[in-house]
Amino acid sequence: MNDMSRVERQVDTKEIKLECRDCQVYYGDNHAIKDVNVDIEDKTVTAFIGPSGCGKSTFLRCLNRMNDTIDIARVEGSFKLDGEDIYDKRVDPVQLRAKVGMVFQKPNPFPKSIYDNVAYGPRIHGLAKNKAELDEIVEKSLRRGAIWEEVKDRLHAPGTGLSGGQQQRLCIARAVATEPEVLLMDEPCSALDPIATAQVEELIDDLRSRYSVVIVTHSMQQAARVSQKTAFFHLGNLVEFGETGQIFTNPEDPRTESYITGRIG
Amino acid sequence: MPILWLILIVFAIAAVGFFLGRSRALHSSGGDSRGLHSLPFYYGANVALKTAVPAFGLMIIWLLVQPLYVNSQVSEMIPDSAVKEGSSRSLVMAEVRRTASGLNNAIAQGHLTEDMVNNARADITDMTQRLKDAGQVVTAEITQPVLRAAQSYRTLTSTGYSIMNVGVILVALLGAGAGWLQTSSEYRARNVVEQGVSVLLFGAASIAILTTIGIVLSLVFNTWEFFKLYPATEFFFGTTWAPSFSGRGGSSSLGIIPLLWGTFYISLVALLVAVPIGLFAAIYLSEYASPRVRSFAKPMLEVLAGIPTIVYGLFALLTVGPLLLGVFGDEGLGWMKAGTAVMTAGLVMGIMLIPFVSSLSDDIINAVPQAMRDGSYGLGATQSETIRQVVLPAALPGIVGAILLAASRAIGETMIVVLGAGAAARLSLNPFEAMTTVTAKIVSQLTGDADFASPEALVAFALGMTLFILTLGLNIFALYIVRKYREQYE
Ligand SMILES: Nc1ncnc2c1ncn2[C@@H]1O[C@H](COP(=O)(O)OP(=O)(O)OP(=O)(O)O)[C@@H](O)[C@H]1O
Ligand SMILES: [Mg+2]
Repeated sequence: MNDMSRVERQVDTKEIKLECRDCQVYYGDNHAIKDVNVDIEDKTVTAFIGPSGCGKSTFLRCLNRMNDTIDIARVEGSFKLDGEDIYDKRVDPVQLRAKVGMVFQKPNPFPKSIYDNVAYGPRIHGLAKNKAELDEIVEKSLRRGAIWEEVKDRLHAPGTGLSGGQQQRLCIARAVATEPEVLLMDEPCSALDPIATAQVEELIDDLRSRYSVVIVTHSMQQAARVSQKTAFFHLGNLVEFGETGQIFTNPEDPRTESYITGRIG
Repeated sequence: MPILWLILIVFAIAAVGFFLGRSRALHSSGGDSRGLHSLPFYYGANVALKTAVPAFGLMIIWLLVQPLYVNSQVSEMIPDSAVKEGSSRSLVMAEVRRTASGLNNAIAQGHLTEDMVNNARADITDMTQRLKDAGQVVTAEITQPVLRAAQSYRTLTSTGYSIMNVGVILVALLGAGAGWLQTSSEYRARNVVEQGVSVLLFGAASIAILTTIGIVLSLVFNTWEFFKLYPATEFFFGTTWAPSFSGRGGSSSLGIIPLLWGTFYISLVALLVAVPIGLFAAIYLSEYASPRVRSFAKPMLEVLAGIPTIVYGLFALLTVGPLLLGVFGDEGLGWMKAGTAVMTAGLVMGIMLIPFVSSLSDDIINAVPQAMRDGSYGLGATQSETIRQVVLPAALPGIVGAILLAASRAIGETMIVVLGAGAAARLSLNPFEAMTTVTAKIVSQLTGDADFASPEALVAFALGMTLFILTLGLNIFALYIVRKYREQYE
């Protein structure tokens, strides 16, 4: 019975995967994120847009506690993943990051072979029972990262030897390989050509059937194409958050309108 | 005239040339510096450079060549009969030079006058006595030919210097004049000065390189001398090291193998101590330590690097040796006979190398971009997983380089070995026995009163050469490793 009711609910309103309330982030004295409230829904693509330096990356990094690695960063507020506070003392950030994966703004492949880059996560988390399974995970992930065709003959060449765009897709494949429940992508397409961008967008759409995806982008078209929800940040504030269609056609806040029509940036 | 005066005079000419050149340039454009090709300063600098560079160049070359020339001239004057049995021309020449400088000093102190010194029929015994009175070392009675040679050595040298003084000043004046005449508003002084600067820098670089080549050549020649007296095969493959000093008679066996083995063994122990501790300390400092701990611990570690090695040697002799003896000596396990042993020197040398390894590795680990670590953390890796699988592989070439540099230092270390490892050249596997290294033996071969032409002394050069080639090889290998991995990682 219980199962039935859940399925029914998913049809109309989706479950909330990540609930963020009254979030503040400080870098030393710099108040970078102010009073942000966002609900990331399950099986949805949420886009963060906003001018450079408004705090999109900063907020994204709060969602998997990557800000812990920055000494001067201080995070306040409540972040609940499936109803559980991720900043609770009992939560292991390492475990959390396995569930909430991340693709960074700048490609950062490890100084290892392409294969080892992708196999890194599965190996750490013991996702493969044997070599054959690992091979399979690697191939599947590289295919989903839209880079398999380019690298299948040189899986053991160093990942750092790829072009910038290839490296970024390798990082996407690497993040997908650990099967995260939420995937955070910080401008994943900024170094990609239109073909690879289309492939990554396809991947995002594909991921949506099972995970929730948060994507930071500077391309309005991309946000409109891939996302169902859009959040507009400005100077550390969340100005507007809602259905993508509504934000792009009928924004409530004048600042949002100016930004998407290209008047502030 | 002392050299210092000559240098000051050249500088003075250059300074005057600078101002003359500058004002001539300004004058040629009617006092308006905008009409000049270059800023007025460059015209002055052009004249100054043309004054100083050729003059100093001549001076340096002269100072290098003159002693060679004088030596060969004087050496021809010495009749064969003056070269005693068992001695050599170069030894007599050394005597001549000593006498000549003794004469100079005696004049300076007023025990002799210029005329007396230059007197061709001067009385030998009288002269010797006066030199002794003046406190100048005179080995034995000066012989007639030596005194003659010393006299002409002095005259040749001083005439040489007079000619040099005149020549250098002349060149300086000519250079200044030429530079001054060239000066006109069209003249591209800026470009010329630029070239002059690059020539100066090139000169500095060449001096560094030429000195190195000189040192290597002197090593090579002396090693060659040694191999003329002692068979190379026995040197390289001989397994005993037992030099006998000529006084005691008998022939020496000078096999390098025991020394190399000692060097290798002690360095190995040192690296076994230094590499893990240094590396772990570096990882702790760069990855785990809070900024406060780091700001305090890193300088502390680096203080260790500033301790002179002789202090480490004392530490080995007075503290570590007795301590080890207490545990492994006759009262303990009974493996160790005396405090000086491979283990003692190796441990202390390892401690000496810790800051070396840790400080270099710490810098290298810090240079690994944060984005790499973020990537790993973002995939849910723990800190130690990140360090083991991402940071260390990325830093590996640098770390290997650091370790090989530490190895070079260990191989070249002397004081700790002299005090900590004993002086016995021995081929043994027991780390609690005394052994010695190549460097320590170089010291002991040259500090005795052996004749410098004997194989017992010349062997020091062959040892030095071997050591040089070893460390060179090690450094080249380090470079190779670093390059190879860098290609793979960047
Ligand atoms: N590591 C850091 N240390 C200190 N301040 C930081 C750090 N990272 C970001 N900031 C500051 O936080 C603010 C928000 O930066 P953030 O990187 O989140 O912007 P962004 O929206 O992602 O911009 P962009 O679109 O250019 O990537 C900026 O003012 C920035 O200076
Ligand atoms: Mg950003």
